[in-house]
Amino acid sequence: MSVPVLEMKGISKSFYGTQVLKNINLTVGKGEVHCLVGENGAGKSTLMNILFGMSVIVQTGGFEGSVLINGREVAFDSPRAAIDAGIGMVHQEFMLLPGFSVTENVKLNREITKPNLFSAVFGNKMETLNRKKMAQDTRTALDKLGMTIDEWVPVAGLPVGYLQFVEIAREIDKENLQLLVLDEPTAVLTESEAEQFLGVIQRLAQSGICILFITHRLDEVMAVADRITILKDGELVRSGPKEDFTISQIAELMVGRKIDTESRKKRTTRPNDEGAVVLQVRDLRVNMPGEALRGIDLDVFRGEILGIGGLAGHGKVGLANGIMGLYPSQGKVLYEGQEVPLNDTRAALKLGLAFVSEDRRGVGLVLEDSIANNIVLTSMQSQEKFLKPGLLKLKDEKKIMSHALESIDKFDIRCTGPEQIVRRLSGGNQQKVCLARAFTQEPKLLFVSEPTRGIDVGAKSRVLELIVELNEMGVTVVITSSELAELRSIADRIAIIYEGRLAGILPPDAPDVQYGLLMAGKSLEEVGSR
Amino acid sequence: MKERLVAIYHGFGLPRLIIAGFLLLLLIIAGGTELSVAGLLSDALVRIGQNGIYVLAMVPSIQAGVGLNFGLPVGVICGIVGVLVAMEFSLLGFSGFLVAILLAVPLAIGAGYLYSLLINRVAGQEMMVGTYVGFSVVAGMCIFWLMAPFKNPALIWPVGGQGLRVTLTLADTFAGVLNDFLAFEISGLKVPTGLLLFYGFIAFLVWVFFRTKAGVAMEVVGRNPRFAAASGLSLNKYRTLGIIMSTVLAAIGYAVYAQSFGFVQLYNGPLMTAFPAVAGVLIGGASTREAKVRHAILGVVLFQTLLTVAMPVTNQLIEGNISEIARVVVSNGMILYALTRATGGDQA
Repeated sequence: MSVPVLEMKGISKSFYGTQVLKNINLTVGKGEVHCLVGENGAGKSTLMNILFGMSVIVQTGGFEGSVLINGREVAFDSPRAAIDAGIGMVHQEFMLLPGFSVTENVKLNREITKPNLFSAVFGNKMETLNRKKMAQDTRTALDKLGMTIDEWVPVAGLPVGYLQFVEIAREIDKENLQLLVLDEPTAVLTESEAEQFLGVIQRLAQSGICILFITHRLDEVMAVADRITILKDGELVRSGPKEDFTISQIAELMVGRKIDTESRKKRTTRPNDEGAVVLQVRDLRVNMPGEALRGIDLDVFRGEILGIGGLAGHGKVGLANGIMGLYPSQGKVLYEGQEVPLNDTRAALKLGLAFVSEDRRGVGLVLEDSIANNIVLTSMQSQEKFLKPGLLKLKDEKKIMSHALESIDKFDIRCTGPEQIVRRLSGGNQQKVCLARAFTQEPKLLFVSEPTRGIDVGAKSRVLELIVELNEMGVTVVITSSELAELRSIADRIAIIYEGRLAGILPPDAPDVQYGLLMAGKSLEEVGSR
Repeated sequence: MKERLVAIYHGFGLPRLIIAGFLLLLLIIAGGTELSVAGLLSDALVRIGQNGIYVLAMVPSIQAGVGLNFGLPVGVICGIVGVLVAMEFSLLGFSGFLVAILLAVPLAIGAGYLYSLLINRVAGQEMMVGTYVGFSVVAGMCIFWLMAPFKNPALIWPVGGQGLRVTLTLADTFAGVLNDFLAFEISGLKVPTGLLLFYGFIAFLVWVFFRTKAGVAMEVVGRNPRFAAASGLSLNKYRTLGIIMSTVLAAIGYAVYAQSFGFVQLYNGPLMTAFPAVAGVLIGGASTREAKVRHAILGVVLFQTLLTVAMPVTNQLIEGNISEIARVVVSNGMILYALTRATGGDQA
């Protein structure tokens, strides 16, 4: 058997004590299309960052395990070194200069030059561009991809789909290219573009380049993969030739949990669902960049915990942000039969809605301020709490302190005291401050987005417990999370959002495969019929 | 005990310790020359009170997230107009001073509002735009000074009968009303009690404001606009309020400055008013994102004392008159230093 082009052996990596990759082995042979699938946060991008020697990895203490290219161990300390070794990458976001032509982009920093009078004197930085040769090379690369666009057109006006191809042309133009990493390249493509794209991938593989393909679209995986590797929670779940898998199996393996890791907590109260709809959402459209909602209808029952799930970029976090007026939205939202004015945060807060943002450090907290202030600020501003009586509306330090101490106790916030600056807290404790702030508003309906993102395992379960406790005190909770397992551990129903629309609502004990398929764009009917 | 000292040290910050140490050194050197240390300190006290409110004016704009108010001349000019009107009617003593302020404040509210309309459209560029708003307003007002319908012969050019003079004296109207109020002298050290009391009173008002609901809201808007929006606060409302407050403080600050200085300087006089104030608040430990009243007070004390003491001392030590150069180098160097420190507070 020939030596594989890429071999990653026993890769482990932790960030600040949180293990994100555990003993991953990955092998890619010559001319192979290897698909890497997994939920958001499964560790795919960390793995690729390791492969490329990105500075985030180096700065956080490196990694364990070894990377072999053509059987020789390598240690890349910068992306430059990885590129020199013949690894190419096409990013999800385009890395092209819009004002430059296709040729100039493809040949950027690898320009072909010829000597002239000046270069003889001032060195080779002064050499003239050999535009003809550059154009020829670019043409060859474009032809390989089956692209008909002219090599001299500026990139700026090209349709999105073409940009992806220009990026690939740039990579395959590198003569030593052996391995091409494609990070969710089809996410921005239309269906026909994606099809063409898959054709190109296969052609490239036939020419001997091996391809590491990262995607969420399971249909594509089945169409092009030779081998499939599934990651989940930083662990390799299964790896094998395509023939060993079916779509439903992949879906199941992607989202499934080991039974004992997350067991469903016993709920002491059940929502009374006799016609008690607290929140009605009708045709809600939210213009949140990257998480747009394109018309959604949803009912929330009194006293329940409603989970909102789905893959990143499909709009699940748009729901809460839209209703709370943080992003422009249109549609109709009724709370207790009363219309919630959209695009008006103050009005939403006044109605008794509260929101714990997914962007904890950006929106959820004033990082430079104390724990006490963070807990009371929203209530003080929107509900006039914690103020001394009188025209001046002076803040009532005594009340703020006693409330902060009480909250620190109740929410188990580990800190040196209410005066501690929030920036210095760990992620989990910051999240508890956010929850304490929302709880201080005494909301009747609480939106919580990504409450456990970026916090350690211990704090995670405490945060989830707290949410359940709030719910048991009579707060209706709408929780959005990328981690299906945590939704399933606490929610009563789970709505899956796909491409800005509601794909379906499932009970938490529905089989893994149904979740996997809903998240991959199948409808509830299709899911049921399997 | 040790921890408390460490905490005090951190709260004070190393740069301020160095500046204070340098000041002390200068004073010791001054003691060895023929300079009167008490005289130097008396001058310093006057300059602290004279410039204190300008420095204070930086606090609301920084807290509202607009950054340093380089457009301070906008407010200063409102102050000038107030003072001029009081002089036009030859109002003497406290009545002149108070009328000047009563006229200047509504003008400053209007001007601050207009200024905020512009600033709210250039988010992220406030300081640069503010600098040039200040310059432009000063230049534009030069035309006004020439055309303004003032009739009091003490104000206008003696020849031609129109247009205000470049430098006007307040000696006959209300120069020193605050400085001389309850002023006393101990062993050569003159204390301008009224001036310092008035400054303290204004500082107290600003301090109280930041303990009210609106003040807290302004602080939140400045510290994290996205958090503020998620708490239902209108960003532009509080930014506008911050700019108006800053402009009003500048206007009041001018009246105080003028009565202490004893002269009104028109035309290009107010051109550079923002810079010492900016340097002051930054030296006090503020950053472009956070400023407290204590930063403003500490800053004006350190900066103005340094300037008053450093100049005569360097002149004593070095041949030739380089004090003015030293002043420019020190004050601009301090602005440069402080602007490169985005953190402020205990990390500045």
